[in-house]
Amino acid sequence: MPAVSKGDGMRGLAVFISDIRNCKSKEAEIKRINKELANIRSKFKGDKALDGYSKKKYVCKLLFIFLLGHDIDFGHMEAVNLLSSNKYTEKQIGYLFISVLVNSNSELIRLINNAIKNDLASRNPTFMCLALHCIANVGSREMGEAFAADIPRILVAGDSMDSVKQSAALCLLRLYKASPDLVPMGEWTARVVHLLNDQHMGVVTAAVSLITCLCKKNPDDFKTCISLAVSRLSRIVSSASTDLQDYTYYFVPAPWLSVKLLRLLQCYPPPEDAAVKGRLVECLETVLNKAQEPPKSKKVQHSNAKNAILFETISLIIHYDSEPNLLVRACNQLGQFLQHRETNLRYLALESMCTLASSEFSHEAVKTHIDTVINALKTERDVSVRQRAADLLYAMCDRSNAKQIVSEMLRYLETADYAIREEIVLKVAILAEKYAVDYSWYVDTILNLIRIAGDYVSEEVWYRVLQIVTNRDDVQGYAAKTVFEALQAPACHENMVKVGGYILGEFGNLIAGDPRSSPPVQFSLLHSKFHLCSVATRALLLSTYIKFINLFPETKATIQAVLRAGSQLRNADVELQQRAVEYLTLSSVASTDVLATVLEEMPPFPERESSILAKLKRKKGPGAGSALDDGRRDPSSNDINGGVEPTPSTVSTPSPSADLLGLRAAPPPAAPPASAGAGNLLVDVFDGPAAQPSLGPTPEEAFLSELEPPAPESPMALLADPAPAADPGPEDIGPPIPEADELLNKFVCKNNGVLFENQLLQIGVKSEFRQNLGRMYLFYGNKTSVQFQNFSPTVVHPGDLQTQLAVQTKRVAAQVDGGAQVQQVLNIECLRDFLTPPLLSVRFRYGGAPQAFTLKLPVTINKFFQPTEMAAQDFFQRWKQLSLPQQEAQKIFKANHPMDAEVTKAKLLGFGSALLDNVDPNPENFVGAGIIQTKALQVGCLLRLEPNAQAQMYRLTLRTSKEPVSRHLCELLAQQF
Amino acid sequence: MIKFFLMVNKQGQTRLSKYYEHVDINKRTLLETEVIKSCLSRSNEQCSFIEYKDFKLIYRQYAALFIVVGVNDTENEMAIYEFIHNFVEVLDEYFSRVESIDEPPKICSALEPQQACFSPDSSFKGAASTTPIY
Repeated sequence: MPAVSKGDGMRGLAVFISDIRNCKSKEAEIKRINKELANIRSKFKGDKALDGYSKKKYVCKLLFIFLLGHDIDFGHMEAVNLLSSNKYTEKQIGYLFISVLVNSNSELIRLINNAIKNDLASRNPTFMCLALHCIANVGSREMGEAFAADIPRILVAGDSMDSVKQSAALCLLRLYKASPDLVPMGEWTARVVHLLNDQHMGVVTAAVSLITCLCKKNPDDFKTCISLAVSRLSRIVSSASTDLQDYTYYFVPAPWLSVKLLRLLQCYPPPEDAAVKGRLVECLETVLNKAQEPPKSKKVQHSNAKNAILFETISLIIHYDSEPNLLVRACNQLGQFLQHRETNLRYLALESMCTLASSEFSHEAVKTHIDTVINALKTERDVSVRQRAADLLYAMCDRSNAKQIVSEMLRYLETADYAIREEIVLKVAILAEKYAVDYSWYVDTILNLIRIAGDYVSEEVWYRVLQIVTNRDDVQGYAAKTVFEALQAPACHENMVKVGGYILGEFGNLIAGDPRSSPPVQFSLLHSKFHLCSVATRALLLSTYIKFINLFPETKATIQAVLRAGSQLRNADVELQQRAVEYLTLSSVASTDVLATVLEEMPPFPERESSILAKLKRKKGPGAGSALDDGRRDPSSNDINGGVEPTPSTVSTPSPSADLLGLRAAPPPAAPPASAGAGNLLVDVFDGPAAQPSLGPTPEEAFLSELEPPAPESPMALLADPAPAADPGPEDIGPPIPEADELLNKFVCKNNGVLFENQLLQIGVKSEFRQNLGRMYLFYGNKTSVQFQNFSPTVVHPGDLQTQLAVQTKRVAAQVDGGAQVQQVLNIECLRDFLTPPLLSVRFRYGGAPQAFTLKLPVTINKFFQPTEMAAQDFFQRWKQLSLPQQEAQKIFKANHPMDAEVTKAKLLGFGSALLDNVDPNPENFVGAGIIQTKALQVGCLLRLEPNAQAQMYRLTLRTSKEPVSRHLCELLAQQF
Repeated sequence: MIKFFLMVNKQGQTRLSKYYEHVDINKRTLLETEVIKSCLSRSNEQCSFIEYKDFKLIYRQYAALFIVVGVNDTENEMAIYEFIHNFVEVLDEYFSRVESIDEPPKICSALEPQQACFSPDSSFKGAASTTPIY
């Protein structure tokens, strides 16, 4: 574009602009504009044909008026006319007007498109560029439809000028981003890659931008760009600071192009070709070396540009995560920046180091900077830098430095900015749990958290401490003692009261021996907080009180008096009132035995992913937890603290409260599970015939059975096994073992394998399914040398399953000799669609001790899939037919296994559907179809799986004619990847 | 990836905006107000990068003029930071003294309108990280 020179401008325009600027008031301005508009309108309508210059001038004035914020309702035609001028300046103003005031007037669009077409075909590079800029600036779908096919041709044509190629590449990029489906892929893609070799750096820069975007969708098509990008990068990196002339920025050769090339390489894994890889490593080393050289210029621009390349280089090194030497060097380089006087560099260094910390090769090197980072947390004046420092501390934390980091973060929390307190609280809670060697430290840390930042301690955090204390009996006494002490503070946070109330209610007896914390003292301490608390906390405390009656009979009278007080019995809050009434009655009518049963200590919680971690992930978006997934770095940590090991009793008595403290369904925090259960029970007891003052054993059983989880798997069992002698009573069948779901998942996509194994017994499965029928062979192998007695495996249909699935079993021998294997045949018929698998209950006596456990039988709905082949057209037609929202189930989830197309294919075939090639326009995606065969009905089913290798995510979509089936299949399949 | 490019004066008035992702016109005003607010409130000791919603703002101040670029989180902050400077240098070369671009009439007299609109897009030699249409 030519530089502005004085005489070149339009005088009339300059006068008009200075008039406007001299206007004293808004009114004067509007008046002047209206006058000008009237003038222009009359010129446009006049009989005399206007010359190009006047048209340009008036269109320009209109544009200026529009930019001042006034509506323009005429002049479009004149602007379009300017497009066909042969003068650059006139054409340019025409295009500018069109780009700024796009009008969807169909008549005009046709004319505009025509003008653009002419310019694109004109072979005049300036005109072609103007046209390309206009297409890109408008960037609408209509523009895409009209020109998307032409632009690739211009881009790779041998005779296009550099400036045209550059504009074409960027224009195509813009259109591709706006509507990817309009840009046809074809043989031009291969030639686009070769633009990386172009001698014009502008073309290369534009091409890199384009390729980086295109290759995300079709990495394989652009694979050849790796070696070209590497050689281009290597030429830039090794060039002298003046070689690239215009593209040298303060003695740094082509900094932005280098950054873009490095970013492009991050779309791919390390180059496979050893020569290419060697050359690339050399480049990366050169960049790292240059960072140590004295700067060629004192100007900050020089170092900024150099550092931009350096940071992108480090990103690439981290992306490859395979060159220990480079990773450590990168870490040392960033370490220098940590103390740099430029805040920007400190910020970026902390941010990069955070990702370095998750690499096994550089984790140790990152850890050496711990003191600097802690210092940054304390002294940085910028909150965003402090936040980065906190993130980095979290990422570099492992067993060796956990105590130091947690205590520093706790100290920081006292002064931390409000905006980030909750996140810090979550992080401290996670680190404390993950790296706790002794749990007393964990309890101390969490109580400190509550003390320092109680308002920011979310339910997840204090639920979690209760779960852990409940599951680990070695820490219960300590926890009781600590909360007791914490509660003695004159002002303590309500969350502390909640934790204290719950823990003392469960384990207060462990510290009751000390006269300083005798039962009455504990009670009066808690009760002194009662009136300060919210309803939810008061409800929790009432439950604690009733638990006290059981733990410490001597407090009964005091507590009953409290419950009986008018403020409780006639409390305006219905929950508090009900609790008070029920607890009071329970404490007076129930015998000590009954009380002891109802108010028994909570059973351990089943293990699952820490809910706090889930919350942090939610807060930070997907991928944020990755720094924590450091199993490979510190494998032992997972074994010890990945969770509390399930105690044997978890196996036999899964707690009904699992979901109350776990977060799948957030409970009212006020309901400590057992006591809440007790509250409901009372209603039953009083309604029932057993509501006599003295409760016999029958109602006691009622209590117990009511305590069973109302989970869908709960065995309201009906036995398919016709052998009456072997039938255990249905109430004897335990719920499935905790791993049952995981074991079941292994068999969703395969039919044969080992279903279960422990020290005594191995169960193998072989099965085949055809239409709605199946046959399954179960092989029970006795791994010991001792005979199993009374061996009886039975199949149970929980819930409605009996009407959905028929399973015929044959009895097996009641004795299994040591080392022997028995086989059981199951004939299965699918009657209609079902969601829960049947259960397999196995019981036997081993050396006199009864053994029993329940598994989920690997029969899932997808076993009755019949693959269906169909053409793309049919598929899409059916896909559209199933377009009701409830027919579709979709899940977006992170890959748990490496994303390998072949493995995915095998899994999908194993899942039972047919895999359809050439249906999805994107070859990376998988599309399948099948029919689920049941006796009563057939369910057509279409599926689509879209892997995103970049994000390590999948999106799975299922459409079937039955809503529950879509959802169920989606869930089953989603767990396989 | 660059999401938008803003030039805003100290009073918080937008002098030039260019969006590379679709944003509704009425949402733009709100976004621009919030963006400039978060830049104005920062001191020299603070870094030039702001995490804002799900993206990052990178800004530089030239006298009374702020240039703010919104990018997604895979963008190289330092490259954009220096790119802003490069952009300003180019404008300086072209129009002499960019910092004085303040009131709209001036923009239009100092830069004729077509240049004002075209400059962020096409007045760079391809060296820039954001070549015309990013």
